Amino acid sequence: MNWINAIVQGVMLGGVYALFACGLSLMFGVMRTVNLSHGDLAVLGAFLVAVLAAAVGISPFFAVLLVLPVMGLVGVALQRGILSKALRTGEMSSMLATFGLAIVLQNVLLEIFSADSRSLDVGSLSSAGLQLGSSVSIPYLGLLTVAVAVALLGGLQLLLARTGIGRAIRATAADADTAELVGIDSRRVYAWAAAIAVATAGLAGAFFAMRSSFSPSMGPTQLLFAFEVVVIGGLGSLWGTLAGGMVLGIAQTVGAQVDPRFSIVAGHAVFLAVLAFRPQGLLGMRRSRT
Amino acid sequence: MTTASPVAPTTASAPSTIHRWTPVSRTASGALAALLLVLAFAPLVFTPEVTAKLTTLFVLVIVAAMWNALAGYAGLVSVGQQGFIGLGAYGVFLFVDRGVNPFVAVVLSALLAGAVAVPTSLLAFRLTGGQFAIGMWAIAEFFRLVVVNTPSLGGGSGRSLTDLSATDPAVRQAQVYWLALALMSALLLAVFVLLRSRLGASLEAIRDDPVGAASVGVRVASAKRLVFVLAAVGGAAAGGLTLANTLRVQPDSIFGVHWSAYMIFMVVIGGLGTFEGPIIGAIVFFLVQDWFGANGGTWYLIGLGALAIGMTLWMPHGLWGTVARRRDLELLPVGYRVKPPVV
Repeated sequence: MNWINAIVQGVMLGGVYALFACGLSLMFGVMRTVNLSHGDLAVLGAFLVAVLAAAVGISPFFAVLLVLPVMGLVGVALQRGILSKALRTGEMSSMLATFGLAIVLQNVLLEIFSADSRSLDVGSLSSAGLQLGSSVSIPYLGLLTVAVAVALLGGLQLLLARTGIGRAIRATAADADTAELVGIDSRRVYAWAAAIAVATAGLAGAFFAMRSSFSPSMGPTQLLFAFEVVVIGGLGSLWGTLAGGMVLGIAQTVGAQVDPRFSIVAGHAVFLAVLAFRPQGLLGMRRSRT
Repeated sequence: MTTASPVAPTTASAPSTIHRWTPVSRTASGALAALLLVLAFAPLVFTPEVTAKLTTLFVLVIVAAMWNALAGYAGLVSVGQQGFIGLGAYGVFLFVDRGVNPFVAVVLSALLAGAVAVPTSLLAFRLTGGQFAIGMWAIAEFFRLVVVNTPSLGGGSGRSLTDLSATDPAVRQAQVYWLALALMSALLLAVFVLLRSRLGASLEAIRDDPVGAASVGVRVASAKRLVFVLAAVGGAAAGGLTLANTLRVQPDSIFGVHWSAYMIFMVVIGGLGTFEGPIIGAIVFFLVQDWFGANGGTWYLIGLGALAIGMTLWMPHGLWGTVARRRDLELLPVGYRVKPPVV
């Protein structure tokens, strides 16, 4: 039964990872660039929620709703201030610039909030769960996280497939110059994509903060996990991102069940195995060879 | 780096000539060689504290030059080179435990890391661009966790290199210094020779357009792999030297991603894709670190990060790259120049 419990916990953890990966995947799909500050932006979101909830005395869930638009604006600022200029000189510049931003963000948060870890109090929800048998319990918070991840990825899928802005995003992702020719403002599309990506990063950070303690220095690790999720799931597939999150989460919890030291190693090992044996990812399209 | 000035339509029979060396670059290369020679005498003149600092500088020059060879010439931006730095440091123990002289162990460990880089490249090269960058980071973390879970290497708390503690500190410091100087010179020479070879032209073609390069017959994967292995050897040498210099290693610091931050900073400041840039960047970074202290706290890192953003956006060729372009300078010539015929 311990193994079943480990898998259940892995699915719950996978929900958070899928949330983390969602924005990274979107930004890569649309702008063809990896935002190396993604993890630290998620931590920023977590701190904003924590500060707002404490200062106004509201529930963290309500605070998340207020922080999301703020994070969206941060995304627009990132696009307008750094990425639009860096992308003009190539992918390398945007990587170097976002890496610089990651260092700045992490250390500004360290300066303001110190290195202590803290947690986001969600009251009784943090421990309550659905007890199945003697050793398996499904925490409500985990269920909620998975539900939010499914809703977010499903909603994003619908947005991309059915709406005008979704069409514009897909067109820009396929070929920005040609999209411009038919009247799509790629600057606007990029700003939208960055806003959505950074807002979901903030959402992921908040959910992470609700389930475990967090500190300013956890950004890089979250970026790594989010990236592994994207590769495991397969590029350009939002459902793949969900599946990738689950696979990474389960790998870590089952690894921890074998020996607590193996938790993170097991996740990395699955990532490397996918790279070796299925480089297009679980649900990804086979990429053309270059 | 081929500087082709527009050639006027030739009316006379005198053809354009292609050459590498200029009087300036001959003087500069000679001066650098002389400087390296003079540096060899530093332990006889300076105190061990000074040579220890210079050893740190040499380590920085090595990692900056290696990162530049990867990113600036092969187009492979990696945020995981600390994986090889760590392997290089811990590899020293593998040899020392079998009775090998620690200084020989540093060299052997660097070569071993180069051997590890070959299978690593098979996995990592499945990723491109930004994905390669973070993929390397994940691989570096994997290396770190393997070391942390190996009790004989000291686990998470690290291990000391006791074999060198017995020697007189002043003598040891001088020996480490000479090894660092020799390895730095050898690695810089290796990059120089590599870039001047036929492969150098291939690499620049790959960096600028991999598909185009492949279409004209450049063997993209093997050229990239060669640079990747060289960069791994260089990074590992830097790791081994760091261990020999400080006598202690901890997985979290030797495998730390701050190495990547430093490498990126040095190369971006000095000038990505120039031979001289990373050396200048390393010297600038060394001086900044010396002023602020090695762990100058959060404001120091905030400044570094902000400077990296600013340089990338507004001065993408770095300090040296900007000067070199304006003045048409190349102190250590790795490219060719076209000299229009004198009419």
